[in-house]
Amino acid sequence: MTWVLGNLPLIGSLTLEHLAFALPPVVLGLVLAVPLGWLANRTRVGRTVTINVAGLLYTIPSLALFVLIPPLLGTRILDVANVYVALTVYTVALLVRTVADALSAVPPIVVNSATAMGYTPFRRFAAVELQLSIPVVVAGLRVAAVSSISLVTVGAVIGFGGLGKMFTDGFQRDIPAEIITGIVLVLVLAVIVDGLLLFLGRVFTPWDRIGAGRGRR
Amino acid sequence: MIEFRGVTKRFPDGTVAVDDLDLQVRDGGITVFVGPSGCGKTTSLRMVNRMIDPTSGTILVNGTDVMKSDAAELRRGIGYVIQQAGLFPHRTILDNVATVPLLLGWDRKKARTRAAELMETVGLVPEMAGRYPGQLSGGQQQRVGVARALAADPPVLLMDEPFSAVDPVVRESLQDELLKLQSELGKTIVFVTHDIDEAVKLGDRVAVFRVGGKLAQYDEPGVLLSRPADDFVDNFVGRDRGYRGLSFLSSEALPLGELRTAHCGERAEEGWTLVVDPDDRPLGWHHDRAGGGTVDVEDLVPGGSLYDTADGSLRSALDAALSSPSGQGVAVDGDGRAVGSVAADDVLSALADVRRAEAAA
Repeated sequence: MTWVLGNLPLIGSLTLEHLAFALPPVVLGLVLAVPLGWLANRTRVGRTVTINVAGLLYTIPSLALFVLIPPLLGTRILDVANVYVALTVYTVALLVRTVADALSAVPPIVVNSATAMGYTPFRRFAAVELQLSIPVVVAGLRVAAVSSISLVTVGAVIGFGGLGKMFTDGFQRDIPAEIITGIVLVLVLAVIVDGLLLFLGRVFTPWDRIGAGRGRR
Repeated sequence: MIEFRGVTKRFPDGTVAVDDLDLQVRDGGITVFVGPSGCGKTTSLRMVNRMIDPTSGTILVNGTDVMKSDAAELRRGIGYVIQQAGLFPHRTILDNVATVPLLLGWDRKKARTRAAELMETVGLVPEMAGRYPGQLSGGQQQRVGVARALAADPPVLLMDEPFSAVDPVVRESLQDELLKLQSELGKTIVFVTHDIDEAVKLGDRVAVFRVGGKLAQYDEPGVLLSRPADDFVDNFVGRDRGYRGLSFLSSEALPLGELRTAHCGERAEEGWTLVVDPDDRPLGWHHDRAGGGTVDVEDLVPGGSLYDTADGSLRSALDAALSSPSGQGVAVDGDGRAVGSVAADDVLSALADVRRAEAAA
């Protein structure tokens, strides 16, 4: 506890740094996953390919990805871009399937009736299909955000900042309090972000909470 | 007006859904497409607003080839009511109804005011405006579907088996309200159903399709029942068509007979007497073997159906006669007051007169 009180400024800046590493890739990943998920639903082959590639990407160990990216992108080893790219890849890998599933679960009758009302395909996608996908996509987004928050710690091994630095530093200098604080803070961050997404998801989908759910069929 | 000219729809798998259809839908009435599944009735309907594009032939809406107009724009000008309503589950009832006005670029306030009006028109209470479709019953959802289709005041309304998913009682009241709505708004409605009774009840004209997308007969419902074009239509129209056809024959020329009535507490004569309330509305029948008994409201025999002379058909007159315990059908005026009796024999001779007149014409 004394260690914590004595290092509050450091803890604060590491936490902020951690969030700055973890969250932008989630947003970017979502933005990329939506059109990819839509595309995946166009053809059966497209769906198989996209979902398998996504699954494959997710199996690449994170440390390996952090090391592989610099030669691939021509970036320096400690370039922040590496973290963003790696985490975006994981987020996309997680979310493409979710988005594809969510979009294909929109009842065809609703899509048809939107078309018959005179929606152009793009407007219909934005106003009907995408909005009806929110509950499922948010569920996926929560997993992606938590996973991203946890993965940032791995970056500390090769020298990036964030709360992971408290693991490496605490280990090298033998300060158990620092390691424990790091673990607790990562957990707390994950819980807060998860809760925030859950809350936002509910705010944007008031229709999903009513007793009868999505219409009665 | 909607016109099909030599319209054929062949699907990629080779199935011919609609085969060389020529048909004109009259303005300001309900035209019903009816037939068994796979007869192309729904495909024909959906080609009107380009939910399906024809393989060959032309469909004209108000003289314009639908294939020459922008699909989305065309659809905004044609009301569409879909089976099970197809409401947007993520939008409130009010916003569901306001869909097309908003697509047409109305400002939000005007669109919502209009939507509120429409909700009233179709009999939805204002409290429902803020609810979501999932909170409504099937019948209520279908009303919202109708309101949504009418919101931008389109001249044409397409209805694709709109009432098939609701229970029979609700269906009947929705049908009655559609007829009322149509008489007030004068829309041109094309209505698809597989239910011949619904077709005959709602249609000013009924198009019967046969499997393979051929038009079997296109006529007024009375003609369909009295003179089916062939065995297929005869079969499809079903049992009792002679009796059901009486619905379309006016009972104007039907003579009314005397009807003995009594009020409660009065002394009855021998035989059957119709008991009426102080306003002359029928309550039931009293039967006295010998005469001289007192009419008691507790002791009435329930009456049969009533024959309303204000908008009567031979069918309601005959049914009144057949269902009455006394054998005398009770005729009532528009206010429900008993005005006379009808006998089954008179209905049959009136029918014979109508037939003679038709044969002579």
